[in-house]
Amino acid sequence: MYPRPIQDAPRSRQIMYKVALPISLIIWLLPMIAIVATAGRSLSDLNFGNYWGIPTEWAFVDNFTEVFNSSSIGIYLINSFIITVPSIIGALFLSTLAGAGLALYRFRGRYLILALFIAGNFVPFQILMIPVRQLTLDLGVYDTYWGVILFQIAFQTGFCTFFMRNFIADLPFELVEAARAEGVSEWQILIHVIVPLVRPALAALAVLQFTFIWNDFFWPLILIQSDDLRPITLGLTTLKGQYISSFNLLAAGSLIAALPPVMMFFAMQRHFIAGLTLGASKG
Amino acid sequence: MAEMTSTSYQRTMSTRGFYRKHKLVIMPFVFIAPAFAMFAIFVIYPIIQSVALSFTEWQGIGPKRWVGLDNYRELWGDRVFWTSLVNNIYWLVLFLLAPVFGLFVALFLNQTVFGIRLVKSLFFFPFVVSQIVVGLVFAWFYDPAFGLLATILEPLGISFPPILADENLATFGIIVAGLWPQTAYCMILYLTGLNSVNPEMIEAARLDGAKGWRLLVKIVLPQLRAATFIALVVTVIGALRSFDLVAIMTEGGPYNSSNVLAYYMYDNAIFRYRMGYASAIATVLFAIMNVYIIWFLLRLWANEKGAR
Repeated sequence: MYPRPIQDAPRSRQIMYKVALPISLIIWLLPMIAIVATAGRSLSDLNFGNYWGIPTEWAFVDNFTEVFNSSSIGIYLINSFIITVPSIIGALFLSTLAGAGLALYRFRGRYLILALFIAGNFVPFQILMIPVRQLTLDLGVYDTYWGVILFQIAFQTGFCTFFMRNFIADLPFELVEAARAEGVSEWQILIHVIVPLVRPALAALAVLQFTFIWNDFFWPLILIQSDDLRPITLGLTTLKGQYISSFNLLAAGSLIAALPPVMMFFAMQRHFIAGLTLGASKG
Repeated sequence: MAEMTSTSYQRTMSTRGFYRKHKLVIMPFVFIAPAFAMFAIFVIYPIIQSVALSFTEWQGIGPKRWVGLDNYRELWGDRVFWTSLVNNIYWLVLFLLAPVFGLFVALFLNQTVFGIRLVKSLFFFPFVVSQIVVGLVFAWFYDPAFGLLATILEPLGISFPPILADENLATFGIIVAGLWPQTAYCMILYLTGLNSVNPEMIEAARLDGAKGWRLLVKIVLPQLRAATFIALVVTVIGALRSFDLVAIMTEGGPYNSSNVLAYYMYDNAIFRYRMGYASAIATVLFAIMNVYIIWFLLRLWANEKGAR
């Protein structure tokens, strides 16, 4: 094991380590702690200039009620879900098919297609921005949920296909060969052999995509205009303008925006981390 | 019994003979076509369109006018473009601190003490939070009137500069905010990598008297190559893609001093309706990123061939 286990170190160093750990954690998370603390700060504290000191009272309930009552944050939250969930389902569906197509068959050009999926995933959004905006206008989906959803499905399919293809290529191919020898059709093989085996990959991708799409700011910014269709990332910029001096309310809004992906992460940590290593941790 | 099976098999052969014979050729295309069609329409074709647009002048509506290389000539003399490009280089270079910090945080946390799993997840936490939220918090920290840093430093007699309003400091203020989640990402990559480090090699090296820095550089780091590779790729791409933090923290200001190519492109397209010029900026950014994309693909290709 590297570094050397702290249990082998002298007692004094063990104590030092155990003290350093929580201190470094607090410093590291200071920005998050600041949001939480500010979200609970009362208006009178802010008025007295008590921005960072010990709050005289906690006003979490008041602040959260106030944010929901005085802004459209409830709508923004719902919009984020409306955009995120179908996007994930679409991307996972398309990429499971394409990943299987690329992993289970040998044909000319399969590496070229895979390379296009991978490369497309890394391009700057700006090279897509103007034509995609125009395309959604032409399709009549500009300034609707569908514009963002369709784009997210298409774009995220690149990364997901790469991931699924690698995952399926690592499965024991004999299973597929045996099924083929039995005369099972290729569709049946996909549904009854491959899909049950790729469940962990689907779970990893689902959590990862949830945070990617939920936290995305650029595409709704480009493809959505109406305030009542905005997801929460975009909604926060509205809140920023609305609560110019009410930091406690803006902090409460930020906390609400951050919560769903954070909960998703803590609920499905193992899958999340498997996804982040790009399915290439062994390479 | 055997006869029946064989006749039914033959019947299937004759009716679906073509499909049967060629299913291994047809099926991959059926499987790949929907994903590829979506990807081609929303990603590949727009890239070509953008590059083509960069040779035109267009306001977003009305006719496009072919102007050849005019947009690129204008870029050459555009000071904001150069500022943005230089800022992108600052982003790129300073963002490479993320894999370094990430490695050290991972080494610090790679222990088995009580509660370490929770500590690791909490260290990773910043990556899960939206960049918009990260930008808002760091902007509060930096605020010269009531920010946390000013509040702490002023009683000590240190006057804290208004970072985001200072032409020379704004970019660096944003980069520091960006390093926070990026370091978390690299840390998790290295923690995963450290899990699969071969303990026998470490022990053997220790018996040979290797320790500390030498052990890390000669024995451990080579085994972390996969993690380092991915960390470098995602960090470089992340640095060149920087947009959200700039948009929320400074909008490229003051006086474009913290602009980056991604934001300057957006600025030209959305606020000045200069689609052709904006496309030229996007094309330059795309060309720079292609260097890394091609490097990444070649590495993957080498791995793929090595695996076979």
